[in-house]
Amino acid sequence: MDFVPLIISAKLAVVSTILLLVLAMPLAAALVFGRFPGRFLADSLVSLPLVLPPTVLGFYLLMLMGPNGAVGKAWSSWAGGSLVFTFTGITLAAMIHSLPFAVQPLKTSFQKIDKRLLEMASVLGASPAAIFFRVIVPNSLGGLAASAILAFAHTMGEFGVILMIGGSIPGRTKVASIAIYEYVETMHYREAAYMSLILVIISYLVLVGVNMLNSRERHA
Amino acid sequence: MLEARIIKKRKHCTIDIDLCCKRGQLVALTGPSGTGKTTIIRTLAGLEKPDGGRITFNDSPWYDEKVNCWLPARKRRVGYVFQEHTLFPHLKVAGNVGFNCKDTGRVKELLALLGISHLAESMPHQISGGEKQRAALAQALASDPQVLLLDEPFSALDHNTRLRLRRELKRLQAHLEIPIVLVTHDREEASFLGDLRLELSGDDIRNEEPALPKDYICPFPVLVRQPAPCASHPL
Repeated sequence: MDFVPLIISAKLAVVSTILLLVLAMPLAAALVFGRFPGRFLADSLVSLPLVLPPTVLGFYLLMLMGPNGAVGKAWSSWAGGSLVFTFTGITLAAMIHSLPFAVQPLKTSFQKIDKRLLEMASVLGASPAAIFFRVIVPNSLGGLAASAILAFAHTMGEFGVILMIGGSIPGRTKVASIAIYEYVETMHYREAAYMSLILVIISYLVLVGVNMLNSRERHA
Repeated sequence: MLEARIIKKRKHCTIDIDLCCKRGQLVALTGPSGTGKTTIIRTLAGLEKPDGGRITFNDSPWYDEKVNCWLPARKRRVGYVFQEHTLFPHLKVAGNVGFNCKDTGRVKELLALLGISHLAESMPHQISGGEKQRAALAQALASDPQVLLLDEPFSALDHNTRLRLRRELKRLQAHLEIPIVLVTHDREEASFLGDLRLELSGDDIRNEEPALPKDYICPFPVLVRQPAPCASHPL
């Protein structure tokens, strides 16, 4: 069995999870605590990948990130290369597809924070940034971990969007789920079974982790 | 001196009060639930914006409807103690008191002043309600506030603890020499602590002279004898 697709999947999941957390934390805070026009529209847009078929999302991302798309052109003029069929391209696509999985647990966690704690911090002279890092983040560690775990797990199993943006280039964009699909197509059931089992174990461990965190939060 | 004319529209009525609190003075806001006591104190803290009026501290404006001036809560340097415990649950008591006070000496001093030095390393969930309110008071005082605002700080406590903390607050008042506004349901508490009581009753708001217990010796006899000061300091 070729382990390279698993390594690419793991690398993709780690990189996109780290970047997603950086993006999701301020985004979730803005959606929960922000009072700006169009907040509900923004909230719905963030959640859209949850309900869209991956191929639909992948198609629009391909249009945007392709050589004639706005993002593709901007990337090409800045970095001098293509976004599609690259690891960077699939990372960006995976991040967009997993965004709601990172944002939702953070939103739930932020909503649980007693508003008076934020008011107290404000009265004590803390700036909005200080309130975020010194009150909101330390009181949302469970949500932060759940967000990271779900984003990681979702990216590990990513298929449709990755196939649309990255194709199946061995050693570059061929991830575990695509490798399983190809094993089945070529009737290599034993390899497909091994790789699937590894993904099942990873997914199960992730869910155990999320449940442990939820249980710890409930008892805290 | 804290001076305020606060106009705040609510669902069924409009709050419209004049309030004035001098250095070292404690103004007690009393009245039944729903008369807007907490709204007034939140407005003074900068947590809610009034619909009209003016709030000044030592003649510098915190809010002025006419010139569209609004100083956010974090810039007002007020100490605020909420009705219920609002200690940061992820910080120890000392960390809570020193949340925005880098001076560890002052934190220790405040912990000692409120008799909770032994709890410095405890987490908020490990201490009692009375101890939490003491810690909240120390936290409010740590940032060297210009004004102290207390929103029913003792209402969630048992009778004995309430009486003990009331006496401690009276003792602290002598130390602080800053304007203090206290919201309370308890007329006796207002009489014991307040140099002036502002009674809110539905839409009617009236100032009353303090009614102190006979055996109580107030550390600020001059201020206690002040007549309703808002009348003498119209905004």
